[in-house]
Amino acid sequence: MALENLDALAASVPDGALVALPPDNSLTPAAFARALVRAGKRELRLVGVPVSGYATDLLIGAGCVASVQTSGVSLGEAGFAPCFTRALAAGLVKVIDATCPAMHTMLQAAEKGVPFMPLRGVIGSDILAHRPDWKVIDNPFAASGDPIVLLPALQPDIAVFHAVMADPDGNVWVGKRRELATIAHAARRVLVTVERLTDRNLLDDDRLAPGTISGAYVDATALAERGTWPIALLDEYGFDAAHMAEYAKLARSEDGFRAYLERYVLTLPAQAAAE
Amino acid sequence: MIALEERMAAAIAALILDPAAPPVRHIAVGAASPIPAAACWLVKKGGHPVRLSLLHKHTGNPFTEGTRELFDLTGQGRIDLFFLGGGQIDGQANINLIGTGDWPGSKVRFPGSFGSAFMYLMTPRTILFREEHSPRVFVPRVDIVSAPGVSPPGVFRRGTAQGLVTGRCVFRFDPARARFTLASVHPGETAENVRASTGFDYDEPADVPATPDPTDQQLALLRGPVCDEMLETYPDFCARVWQRRASDERAA
Repeated sequence: MALENLDALAASVPDGALVALPPDNSLTPAAFARALVRAGKRELRLVGVPVSGYATDLLIGAGCVASVQTSGVSLGEAGFAPCFTRALAAGLVKVIDATCPAMHTMLQAAEKGVPFMPLRGVIGSDILAHRPDWKVIDNPFAASGDPIVLLPALQPDIAVFHAVMADPDGNVWVGKRRELATIAHAARRVLVTVERLTDRNLLDDDRLAPGTISGAYVDATALAERGTWPIALLDEYGFDAAHMAEYAKLARSEDGFRAYLERYVLTLPAQAAAE
Repeated sequence: MIALEERMAAAIAALILDPAAPPVRHIAVGAASPIPAAACWLVKKGGHPVRLSLLHKHTGNPFTEGTRELFDLTGQGRIDLFFLGGGQIDGQANINLIGTGDWPGSKVRFPGSFGSAFMYLMTPRTILFREEHSPRVFVPRVDIVSAPGVSPPGVFRRGTAQGLVTGRCVFRFDPARARFTLASVHPGETAENVRASTGFDYDEPADVPATPDPTDQQLALLRGPVCDEMLETYPDFCARVWQRRASDERAA
């Protein structure tokens, strides 16, 4: 599989695309998000699987996002997501609230090619009242009344995540974060940034195969060293708490956020900034 | 000097081990829950055999399919206890993690509901926690329901809140009456002060006991092996409460 340039790969995302992103503890494509900002993308409809963090907040702050469907947007210990909070208050971004297992279930329906799947719980939550696309039916298998929620399949236009390795066949290794297979299976197009390349076929190694997503699902890969920075990558490198605190502080104001973009996103490749 | 976080962790540990409650074999701890995480480690390090699944811990995180696996386990009834907080919590134990004002948080937007709308109904026991105990948090009625405190008959639900641990007191919850009862007040607090700081109505015994101090053994566990387990996931919390930083300890 041809390896693409990170910025070229980001530029290939159409404005307005429905883009699924993993959360901040599961191989977030942070370098790719910065490349989307450099590419000046607009009107993206982000899907947080199942929640959203740094990459989503950055993209919202940079004006790339029309809406975000998610179960939560936060910077973890660094606090509320400042750009999300500000943009929502200003009416610049729309939030479509969900609850974590619903995000997984909607994508699993797409993965299976079925139009909907049921999920327990949720009844009595105001989320349901604000999701006209979610329905409650009476469980047809129950002897007596048993209301249960049905969720529609959710097929992202694009799923993006970071992986540790890619091999020449486009297989990518995500280690224990095997939940990424769900967005890879469900999305129409899958873009993966990787830390490094390997010559050996990942699926031929019985120890690596369980943590490998088959190249059959992967449309393009690009090299991005330290591609999840400032977020941790498995046991490869740790979370950069000082940088996240700096982001949280700067992003509290428009001017501060612009300064962040100048310093870490627009002028320098992310891997240089991380060193 | 006992930190408030240590008192709350010990109070939560006491609820976890309450002999009248359903037994716990497998406890999950979600995002942004350092005090419940400390309570769980306190139970485990105190010698009680429980399986702990901490969602945001990298090393020792048991899941190979992320949070999806947690929700599948919970759907089957294999998670016995979970913890939830709330930007607002009301007297019927409804929780609001979305925001205040009109949908979706026109006054103050909180991060979002996370898994609460599912976990609260599908877990046999939930312990609610919130350090800030004020009328803006504990309200007569939440502005937005992320997850309901009780459900009408016929709606599948495994359990409800067992109690609510705050920075001032411990409440117990009675699902049949959808109502809290004050169980104990932390040292330095009074029943009157708790009443004045709480926006919702609740029951109160004639004599309100004090929340017991953590024992010396519990404090030693919290400050040693419990903190050791939490440094990676909650560095800011460990630095604030126990003045310990993983980076200092690596350098030392």
